[in-house]
Amino acid sequence: MASKFEIQGLNAWFGLKHVLKSINMKIEKNAVTAIIGPSGCGKTTFIRCLNRMHEITPGARVSGKVLFNGIDIYDNGVDPVIIRRKIGMVFQKPNPFPMMSIYDNVAAGLKLNGVRDKKILDAAVRRSLELANLWDEVKEDLNKSGASLSGGQQQRLCIARALAVEPEVILMDEPCSALDPIATAKIEALIRKLAENYTVVIVTHNMQQAARVSDYTAFLYLGELIEYGLTKQVFENPKHELTERYLTGEFG
Amino acid sequence: MDHYKLRVTKNRLTQFLVYLALFSALVPLFSILSEVIRKGFSTINFDFFVKPTPTVGEARGGVANAIQGTLITIGFASIIGVPIGLMSGIFLSEYGESKLSVAVRFLHDVLSGVPSIVIGVFAYALITRSIGFSVTAAAFALAIIMIPIVARTTEEALKLVPMSIREAAIALGIPRWKTTITVVLSGAKKAIATGILLSIARIAGESAPVLVSMGYWRWWFAGLDRPAANLALNVFIFAMSPFENWIALAWGSALVLILVVLGISVTARVFTRERY
Amino acid sequence: MKISQKISPFIRNLNIKSILQLKKHFKGDDIFKLVSALFASSIFLLLGLMVYELVKGSWLSIQTFGLNFIVGTTWDPAVSRIFGVLPLILGTLVTSAIALLIGVPISLGVGLALSEYAPKKFGVAVSFLVELLAAVPSVIYGLWGIFVLIPFLRDHVYPYLKAVFGFIPLFSGPIYGGGVLTGGIVLAIMIIPTVSAVMRDLFLAVPNSQREAMIALGATKWETVKTVISYARSGVIGAVILGLGRAVGETMAITMVIGNRFQVWPSSLFDAWYTMAAIIANELLEATYDLYISALINVGLILLFVTLIINILARLIVWRTLRLTRGIARE
Repeated sequence: MASKFEIQGLNAWFGLKHVLKSINMKIEKNAVTAIIGPSGCGKTTFIRCLNRMHEITPGARVSGKVLFNGIDIYDNGVDPVIIRRKIGMVFQKPNPFPMMSIYDNVAAGLKLNGVRDKKILDAAVRRSLELANLWDEVKEDLNKSGASLSGGQQQRLCIARALAVEPEVILMDEPCSALDPIATAKIEALIRKLAENYTVVIVTHNMQQAARVSDYTAFLYLGELIEYGLTKQVFENPKHELTERYLTGEFG
Repeated sequence: MDHYKLRVTKNRLTQFLVYLALFSALVPLFSILSEVIRKGFSTINFDFFVKPTPTVGEARGGVANAIQGTLITIGFASIIGVPIGLMSGIFLSEYGESKLSVAVRFLHDVLSGVPSIVIGVFAYALITRSIGFSVTAAAFALAIIMIPIVARTTEEALKLVPMSIREAAIALGIPRWKTTITVVLSGAKKAIATGILLSIARIAGESAPVLVSMGYWRWWFAGLDRPAANLALNVFIFAMSPFENWIALAWGSALVLILVVLGISVTARVFTRERY
Repeated sequence: MKISQKISPFIRNLNIKSILQLKKHFKGDDIFKLVSALFASSIFLLLGLMVYELVKGSWLSIQTFGLNFIVGTTWDPAVSRIFGVLPLILGTLVTSAIALLIGVPISLGVGLALSEYAPKKFGVAVSFLVELLAAVPSVIYGLWGIFVLIPFLRDHVYPYLKAVFGFIPLFSGPIYGGGVLTGGIVLAIMIIPTVSAVMRDLFLAVPNSQREAMIALGATKWETVKTVISYARSGVIGAVILGLGRAVGETMAITMVIGNRFQVWPSSLFDAWYTMAAIIANELLEATYDLYISALINVGLILLFVTLIINILARLIVWRTLRLTRGIARE
């Protein structure tokens, strides 16, 4: 089974601050990979390097290779606009477009790509909202503002929005940290379901969540990849002393 | 891929248009500044600052009387406008949540949107029709223009003074009103002074209200119930005249005006940026 | 009322003991609050007095002409002494419309350039320059308009416009350099600094999370910027209305370039015309009899009314959008 991502010697900087140090890792297709580690270890920066979002910050820099389906996304000829359609992202704080309706939020990505046919859009919106486990809750009110939903619903809306453009990968940056436990549980169930058809990479500061939800886990510390492997193995039999100390709550 | 190419083209085109807009907005600025400096500079000499307005036949002359008249008019306007604006600003910052404050702020906003010519007509109706075209009428009009500016900048300046200073003074037993007048006001005095200077810069450039409340005056100051010469108004009168020497004086006056007005504005902005 | 209750016992017992008692009751804070409130309340008096004086001054004109003043097209102070301002209202509206047509797209571009496109330091420096433009007095715009802009337009721009578009009546009249189009251009230049500064601030207030959401979907820069504009759209409308208010009230610069000719409709964009503000500036000092003066004050009253409505509208819309922006961000 070829890996979805092959990360080779990835380094990242914010100005002079060296935030990611020579990361080498694979990310497997149609599985959930959790990135864990204490605050400031570079997990968010790492995930943002996977869809070329890190570089939009002024002063941010990347070196190394990130092979996606075998092609280096940082290669000179590659347009990030195309990459980001294939690799979707959901953010820590839900950010639906408040000036658009629920329908328009989900359709936003499709409209960018020139889809105008109402029938196609209707079908795609419905499919995405169903995939995100939100359809039943909003099907009567598709014209309400995207911001009129609860926090958990907004996050599922953002997931639907990301799914509508049919990406291959979904990156999630601490998607539940702004949500209550019930909403969190709903999203965790959704993540397991999504893994059937998508490659999911999730950053989380909650170890238990990583253990519940992921197939593979990567542990980052101070910008370095300390350990990576099957979740079961990393949690039950960590190879590295640092991993064990983190998992037992000694720091972070 | 066709649609993709369209998107990329739109992206490049709009970037170009945005920078084109920026360029077209800056071209008039540079043109105005360079023309005023160029044409004004060649007019300015010693006579310019010392002699009064020349008569039609006279070759040389200056704007000394206009500078005098403008200073007196602005001074009089400030005597009326600054205290009212200052006290209003203090009220708005100390009792800012009251219904009165909300109404006052709204009305200040409304007043700042009234065209200066209308304010001039107001001064004409109220004052000029009783005591005639006069410095008093013009000063009244200019004071009205000043008040919302001074009030707003004073309120903002006072708000910037940290609560800890007020609390320390009150904890020492100083009554609230004394705290405001002494401690808080002195803490904000630079910002308040900047606001007052900005309002002066603003009224120094006003000519419409001066025109209709005071009219044109060619001589030296002759009393508060008579008109006085005005630098900004002179630019208008001289520019619209057919006389070469007057037109030259218009450019010279414009240069003085721009230096004063922009000088104060720049200093004020530099000062408010210093805080961050 | 607190104060009168404290005063009456004092008046009954005028002695030193009472004076000392009075001092205890009259707290400094109360006096201060009262005094500053009085000063602040002067705005009510000022605005009220303004409306009163303008209405009083217009009364003769209102009585004589009634609503015919607004729809009348004759302005004849010399012979028939009939005054009507429809052409002035039209002139004001048309020049302001031209100002918006030219000025709003440029202001939008400048606002976007300064918030979305320009690198930080460059943006700050250029913002500074643009704000300087806002401080230039109106007469100086007029002076530059007469001696720099008019010759330039007359010799290098209008002849080409006429050559290319001359088949449309708008572009077919004689060119002298000033006139309606020139007036609109000067007004546009004058409103750009203020309007673009407001737009820049509106765009800067849009939360970055909105931009990131669009970028993550695979949007180009322009597509992301469209979302920013959409988010701030009611504020953008408010800024445009604010610009309209400024254009309508502008006096000196427009009267120096527009030609000041009272006519119902200009023969072309290159023809001279007149606005409400300009006629007041030009004729109030020449007005020698009561009805003439009253007619001009009446024009001022109409101008006041129009700009009040425009400005209240603009501020309501801008306030609402800033509150909306902050409300969303808080969630």
